[in-house]
Amino acid sequence: MRAIAPQPLLDLANVSKMFGGVSALSDVSIRIPEGRIVGVIGPNGAGKTTLFNVVTGAFRASSGAVTFADEPITHWPSYRIARAGIARTFQNIRLFASMTVFEHLLVAQPHQGAGIRRFLPARRADPEAWRRAEEALAFFGLAAYRDRIAASLPYGIQRKVEMARALTARPRLLLLDEPVAGMNHDEAAELRTLLRQLQDRGLTILSIEHDMAFVMTLCEMLYVLDFGVLIAEGSPAEIRSNPVVIDAYLGSEA
Amino acid sequence: MLLQQLVNGLTLGAVYTLIALSFSLVMGILGILNIAIAELFMIGGFLGFAAIAAGLPLPAAVAVGMAGAAAIAFLIEKIAYQPLRDAPLITPLLSTLGVSIILQNVATNVWGSDPLQLPAEWFDRRFQLGPVSIGAMQLVVIGVTVALVALLAYLVQRTSVGRALRAVAENRDIARLLGVSASRITLLAFMLSGALAGAAGVMISLHYAAITPYVGVETGLKAIAVMVVGGVTRIFGALIAGPLIGIVEVLTVAYGGSQVRDLVVYGLMILILLLRPQGILGGARTDLGQRV
Repeated sequence: MRAIAPQPLLDLANVSKMFGGVSALSDVSIRIPEGRIVGVIGPNGAGKTTLFNVVTGAFRASSGAVTFADEPITHWPSYRIARAGIARTFQNIRLFASMTVFEHLLVAQPHQGAGIRRFLPARRADPEAWRRAEEALAFFGLAAYRDRIAASLPYGIQRKVEMARALTARPRLLLLDEPVAGMNHDEAAELRTLLRQLQDRGLTILSIEHDMAFVMTLCEMLYVLDFGVLIAEGSPAEIRSNPVVIDAYLGSEA
Repeated sequence: MLLQQLVNGLTLGAVYTLIALSFSLVMGILGILNIAIAELFMIGGFLGFAAIAAGLPLPAAVAVGMAGAAAIAFLIEKIAYQPLRDAPLITPLLSTLGVSIILQNVATNVWGSDPLQLPAEWFDRRFQLGPVSIGAMQLVVIGVTVALVALLAYLVQRTSVGRALRAVAENRDIARLLGVSASRITLLAFMLSGALAGAAGVMISLHYAAITPYVGVETGLKAIAVMVVGGVTRIFGALIAGPLIGIVEVLTVAYGGSQVRDLVVYGLMILILLLRPQGILGGARTDLGQRV
């Protein structure tokens, strides 16, 4: 494993999140270097999605600090964090019932075209956003579904729409919440290739995943959560042979 | 006679449609009933009236009514809604009710409680189409309504602001995670809603050739019935429900007497709530689900 860069893109320092008296995350410190694909694994209820919610500002950390690209984002509202360059997908697909596929590719670019221009027809108001949406449509092979209501499409297509939507925001960090859930082997392989392409373009990816085969082949670095506590971190090989991890998590499945 | 009543009902219905859209816009985004919209409608009417009395042309009067009501809507959001965002839904309902009473008091103090009449020469021009006589102002009311509804539909469906509105209406949290500033969109929804109510106010003063500080309670609140009948979850359900209620009301007055007018209109609303809570156009129930 290469040495971690001194300034990671995303830095969680001693982050805790309490719900009432229950601790969903306890003193979690994570550093995501720019340009890497990093995985977060752990059993159900380990706090993985809570971690994403804290990073994206959907939840506020009870204590600790979140730093993204040298900015202290711990207390930023979620829309501001999104605009700063963190996009995410959801474990349960969250598309807008009233919107077509193409509209989904425009909706995550709301900050383009300020003021009165936002009242012009979308294409004229922000040709750049329109072009990026077309680009995403092509990149994900969604052109055939352009004007269909996204929520009416097959599950696999919806996943693509969600990821395309996240990418049209031009994030520096992409958070994926169980991206291969419900996918077959071929689809997962396709996604892996796609994520590598995105990495080559400079994107940093943090992925929650249950599919061990997928995680081990995709990620260069893993964090393991168990009951809100970080129990291990390291390369896939290190994680696979870590007795604590095997005991808490891998043992039951491997 | 019947045709004439239908035309009159259509004009009244056009005004109801505008106010109902105004209610729906805020209801759709926030799930709250901004009761003060009825009084924004009244204030818009007075401002338009004042503009006409000051000798401004009609389009300028409509613009004054819309801008004034939008400005007050802005203040309502900042003062009576925004600080109460995390309170139970009943709280902003009560605070906007408080604003309504204040607005009505202000109007009574500024303009008096007697009806103000618009200059008669505005209403002399009439067009005879067979048995039906259409006033020039009736045509203005219907024309302005059609134009504003088209503008709203364009805004909601075709612009980035409209897309952001729909995103926030459907799922505020997800919209924010995608970089949409839900608080700015909320403010915008209040102001658009206010502008629509203000335009409707100017239209009602043209329809009745008069305005009183009580027009909000008498006419504005009826738009809630229109919204319910059209289906709260389908903002454009008001396009059918508005003319329907307007015609029902005018026919009731013509053939049943004005004393049963409100009974029929609000009775229809209660009937719809009991029998078809999703509104005549269908969609989700009035009290549940996604909106806009």
